[in-house]
Amino acid sequence: MNPDMDATAAPIRVGAQQALSASRALPPVENREVVFGIRNGSVHYGSHLALKNVDIDIYRNFVTAFIGPSGCGKSTFLRCFNRLNDLIPSAKVSGDVHYHGENLYASTVDPVEVRKRIGMVFQKPNPFPKSIYDNTAFGPRVLGMKGNMDERVETALKRAAIWDEVKDRLKVPALSLSGGQQQRLCIARALATDPEVLLMDEPCSALDPIATAKIEELMVELKKEFTVIVVTHNMQQAARVADMTAFFSVEVGEEGLRTGVLVEYDETTRMFTNPSDQRTEAYVTGRFG
Amino acid sequence: MTSRAFKENAFRLYLYFSVAVGVVALGALLLRVLIDGFGFVDEVLLFNPPSSNPDRAGARPAILATVWLLGLVFGMAVPGGIATALWLEEFAKKDRWYNRFLELNIQNLAGVPSIVYGILGLAFLVRGLGLGRVLLSGSMILALLVLPTVIISSREALRAVPDSIRQGGLALGATRWQVTFRSVLPAALPGIATGSILALSRAIGESAPLVLIGALTYVAFDPSPLNAFTALPVQIFQWIGQPQAEFKSLAAAAIIVLLVILLMMNLAAILLRNKFQRKW
Repeated sequence: MNPDMDATAAPIRVGAQQALSASRALPPVENREVVFGIRNGSVHYGSHLALKNVDIDIYRNFVTAFIGPSGCGKSTFLRCFNRLNDLIPSAKVSGDVHYHGENLYASTVDPVEVRKRIGMVFQKPNPFPKSIYDNTAFGPRVLGMKGNMDERVETALKRAAIWDEVKDRLKVPALSLSGGQQQRLCIARALATDPEVLLMDEPCSALDPIATAKIEELMVELKKEFTVIVVTHNMQQAARVADMTAFFSVEVGEEGLRTGVLVEYDETTRMFTNPSDQRTEAYVTGRFG
Repeated sequence: MTSRAFKENAFRLYLYFSVAVGVVALGALLLRVLIDGFGFVDEVLLFNPPSSNPDRAGARPAILATVWLLGLVFGMAVPGGIATALWLEEFAKKDRWYNRFLELNIQNLAGVPSIVYGILGLAFLVRGLGLGRVLLSGSMILALLVLPTVIISSREALRAVPDSIRQGGLALGATRWQVTFRSVLPAALPGIATGSILALSRAIGESAPLVLIGALTYVAFDPSPLNAFTALPVQIFQWIGQPQAEFKSLAAAAIIVLLVILLMMNLAAILLRNKFQRKW
């Protein structure tokens, strides 16, 4: 396993602060465009409250990282953005989840329509058992997108920085690629439908450090065109790639039931150097995990 | 020798013995059939209709009927079985009582003795619907017989497709239908095909339900779906019952033909599985 992923080791946390990129001049809040506005967002699994009253604004062309200990609901929260929680029959999302001011959970909204615009990359690379080309073309095909498919595939693979490695073997099964290549192919597949947002659920946790570095580089590159939200266990990763960081934690209720809460959300630099909440400070410096 | 080593050796001996029982019994059976029947596997057996004269008796109508049965059973049981499996695995709400009830029933149906299907066929198809003792009735019964097996093996194959494939498709904006038909079903198809072939090979070896609905044992004409018919297992059964020794050899020869058909089907299943085997 990648030692960077061990989120409980204190030296890593120090490393996380060092990993902050030197110049991270973000536009002032009033100049940022809000893509997602969540107010009082909660998720229930059956009667169990898994995530409580989250207020957050996600900004356009930013990389936003969700960090926090296991079970704090950060992945659950990520799946609210493309309504993937709908697939779990017992899951229920409440509160306001607005996408460009439109309620994502309104009865008139088609979840399929939502997922067209909001792409997702999963923890474990999950290419379909098809060729590289067919994987990339899957989204545009099911959505009936017009235009030259070859060009679309090429553009997507280039955006995901994997074109040079696969351009001579597009008909080869995707499962023959290495793990890191598979993950970049999955990113290409998500980008092929021209989404506005890319959700990434611990995209590097199954990858080696070199493949991880490539994906991180890619995230920074992608934010020029897309809005990226990434869930990560790796503090250094958040420090390296994210403009904004949200720290989630767990509150243990009376019967031992765990409920996730958003503790603090701020610019990444502040989160790692001068957090306003003690719990954030304890987490980023490794005193709590 | 320590007692643990002794136990290990004793257990290993027991395992060898268990394997040997099966292999020896099967080998003896095969050898016997081959010795008895091999000389009789000739063009007379393959191309002649049955006759009371063992020198001219063949199994042509029975072989053709078995091929017919195979095709008809495939056409009836496999599409329906796959569709049922797709519904149960991909679309049905698994927490509803009626879906659970359906599942339980299918499991139980797979264990119902084939003769019971024969009774059902006789009462419902042959007499109730008035189809008569024809090949179509026989194939419908066999289709019913293997349907639960096809459903169960198709569900296994669908369940082996990891959820990440479904989520990946849905996250790209595909509908449930698109994900099912473009990603999940193609991924599960090799497994479904393997299971279906094995189920079919069970069907063509069945004789009890066919005897029950009256698959005639003396059919001198080539079969068609709406005519009286016989099938290889039934033909074998009938020849064995004849007093002349030659018919017993003919039965052995017909068993060889049936075995060859079965082995070819199983071989196809194995090849399919190996060719498309996937690691996720």
